[in-house]
Amino acid sequence: MARVLMKGNEALGEGAVIAGCRYFFGYPITPQSEVAEYLARRLPQVDGVFLQAESEVAAINMVYGGSAAGARVMTGSSGPGLSLKQEGISFIAEAELPCVIANISRGGPGLGGIQPAQSDYFQSCKGGGHGDYRLIVLAPSSVQEMMDFALLAFDLADRYRTPVLIMSEGMLGQMMEPVQVREPVTERYEKPWATTGCINREPNIVNTLHLLPTELEDRNQHLFSKYARIAAEEKRAEMVMTEDAELVVVAYGLLSRVVKKAITEVRARGVKAGLIRPLTLWPFPDTHIQKCLDTAKLFLTIEISMGQMVEDVKLAVNGRVPVEFYGRIGVIPSPQEIERAIMAVAERGGLA
Amino acid sequence: MKTVFKVPQSLTGKEWHYCPGCGHGIIHRLIAECMDELDVREKTVGICPVGCGVLAYEYFNCDMLEAAHGRAPAVGTGLKRVLKDRVIFTYQGDGDLASIGMAEIVHAASRGEKISVFFINNTVYGMTGGQMAPTTLLGQVTTTSPYGRDKDREGYPIRIAEMLAPFEGAAYVARVAINTPANAARAKRAIKKAFETQLNGAGFSLVEILSTCPTNWGLSPVEAMQWLADNMIPYYPLGVYKDKEGR
Repeated sequence: MARVLMKGNEALGEGAVIAGCRYFFGYPITPQSEVAEYLARRLPQVDGVFLQAESEVAAINMVYGGSAAGARVMTGSSGPGLSLKQEGISFIAEAELPCVIANISRGGPGLGGIQPAQSDYFQSCKGGGHGDYRLIVLAPSSVQEMMDFALLAFDLADRYRTPVLIMSEGMLGQMMEPVQVREPVTERYEKPWATTGCINREPNIVNTLHLLPTELEDRNQHLFSKYARIAAEEKRAEMVMTEDAELVVVAYGLLSRVVKKAITEVRARGVKAGLIRPLTLWPFPDTHIQKCLDTAKLFLTIEISMGQMVEDVKLAVNGRVPVEFYGRIGVIPSPQEIERAIMAVAERGGLA
Repeated sequence: MKTVFKVPQSLTGKEWHYCPGCGHGIIHRLIAECMDELDVREKTVGICPVGCGVLAYEYFNCDMLEAAHGRAPAVGTGLKRVLKDRVIFTYQGDGDLASIGMAEIVHAASRGEKISVFFINNTVYGMTGGQMAPTTLLGQVTTTSPYGRDKDREGYPIRIAEMLAPFEGAAYVARVAINTPANAARAKRAIKKAFETQLNGAGFSLVEILSTCPTNWGLSPVEAMQWLADNMIPYYPLGVYKDKEGR
């Protein structure tokens, strides 16, 4: 298929279409709006439906209905919009309805700004809504991955009957890169649970109410056995020069590409540095981190936040070596800035 | 022997959890009888509210969803956009539809979403214990309007049928009651018309059904029916507010 120059948000939208998604329910918000605009043009061309909802709350509940009807469905937003969607996401997770949610994120809290940020990590990975549940959270780092992760997200959503969240910095949504356009996905999952009308079968019920205490606990156990299966099967991370790394940097998303460049520079200065880039923020690739503990003397987490993923890195390292943090908000630091940050940590830790 | 009365096929026949004298059982039955008569049970998907009607999925013998509080019209929109040839209905109370879900119902109506909404107005939040609803009448005592609803403090009760009927997308809007056998028969005709409006693809349909809550009103079932006639119908006049198909 063709190689095309695309915006990250457009690649995500086209990826959804390639994955067989024909329904998008959304609400305009910067820097996500191009996802909606692209699909408003594109979906009618493939007999799909784009519907601009009256609110973020309505959009996620339209997704609930569309997914219950058995379709591949998507919504997208940015931080403040995701906050509004949390009620619906909790219901969707509990009802085990597959769908894809994109967070083309911005910096918060409050209205914040549209500058690059990764400060919705807690919201995405720690359950922004009420109750015990998890989302699969994917973090693309290139426009190509915006497309590829859309395909992956719909597959994981259907395979595990669970909502999948794609978290991208706003900047990645806005930037253009060449994209290898993928072949249309033809594989479809059976959905015998869908509420499509009970022709020649017993009625299906999509429900999240469990008034009996035993039933509620059983339900949670069921969800968490599924999450354990996902955690066992789906942890993904890119490992860069980690085989002999004494200083292991952990960074994800667009930022990780800058870190990769800085790692090369730091290596040239004699520091044995490596990079772990989580592709799945949940399930968090703690096993990848633990694999590095044979050589690692120090971890450094770099985020465009005040320090959120660093907590998961600390849990994975479990006190065996120090975990340091470097963070900015609203900017992607330059390779030089990150190189300085890594060197400073290396010197403090006696690794330079 | 000729059968003159039976449980509709569109009901499961499970025993209601509703309080004695509650109107929900009557309304469930009227909806189910219409589904039977139109032979749409197997192509219908219903959506329950949050409130006393939350367990309606136990009673309707068709595919059912349970939605978050007030969100049923949005959930119905998602369903209907995927399942264009199916019959989608929402069953919503006054707190669900007229308070927390006001945005969803207004926009579903304005879009002309081809769904049927059955809006049960009994002037109180039932399941949470009889708190004030947007439909609570002036002077009416509830647990959160213990001195009676005061227009200067809580504002005026909202008339949903009158509010939604002018929307271009609304094809059929009526208000009915279930306080007498004659009114229940009229209510059934309106429910059937709402379904027919959807089947004809004419647009959004809503039937506001005045009902009783004897438990939270502190009245016997018979007194509650009388209270509905004496207090609710004067403020919420019965009738067809919109019928685009002009039948």
